[in-house]
Amino acid sequence: MSTELIYDVHAGDVQQGGSASAALKSELRKMGICEEDARRVGIIAFEAEMNLILYSTNGGTLKAKVRPEAIDITIEDTGPGIDDIDLAMTPGYSTAPEWALNLGFGAGMGLVNMHRNSDWFEIHSHIGKGTLIRCRVDRRKNDETD
Amino acid sequence: MKFGDVAELLQGEALFETDTNGVIIDHAYAADLLSDVLALTDEQTTLITGTISPQVIRVAEILNVIAIVFVRGKRPAQDIIDYARRLGIPMLATRKTMFETCGLLYASGVRPCKNRSALDA
Repeated sequence: MSTELIYDVHAGDVQQGGSASAALKSELRKMGICEEDARRVGIIAFEAEMNLILYSTNGGTLKAKVRPEAIDITIEDTGPGIDDIDLAMTPGYSTAPEWALNLGFGAGMGLVNMHRNSDWFEIHSHIGKGTLIRCRVDRRKNDETD
Repeated sequence: MKFGDVAELLQGEALFETDTNGVIIDHAYAADLLSDVLALTDEQTTLITGTISPQVIRVAEILNVIAIVFVRGKRPAQDIIDYARRLGIPMLATRKTMFETCGLLYASGVRPCKNRSALDA
């Protein structure tokens, strides 16, 4: 049995940036997911959400599927796509505009941080088509539902 | 240190009234880049920052931050303060720089939270 939580994220909607991730984390805690797992999912979601807001052409979707043994996170957009994924995964590499830095973002840690907080991570991207990121966070044994 | 003692030390102002009796500040992390806060802290901490974007409080919610100290006279918008009140995350604003704030807190026994450098990320 699983539950899926889905959030639409709009490109350029800085004011709302992070609200989907905060709502997701809150929902996970209400479902009895332990703080550590909810925190890891929240961090992955937050980085993804800010990337959609800052860089995507048309926004995208953030999905979290809660299964008994793991939480699967899927982030998808329709462009512009990432030209060099290896470079984008390099800590500190950033193409963030000045206004993003003023918000406290654009340190070039986003994808790295998503990867680090995942037990499994994959990214596919095609210029002009979009980016798909799938992550999995394995649930700890100390979940409050266990 | 108790939250009230930190406010006094930094000659700061609590941004809303709340019961801070159980709020103990013994570890902290200071950064303006919220990306770094998300990526490089490894435990619950007090956040020292000069960033007042709406994302501050959402990062704090996700990381379960204990308290936030805004430096350099920065003060977030009222809706951010209201959000923090609902979450129960006390906020403090000081005119001191981040450097002074960190120095004063360190001299009073506050230590860095468990963290990593970007080289280890």
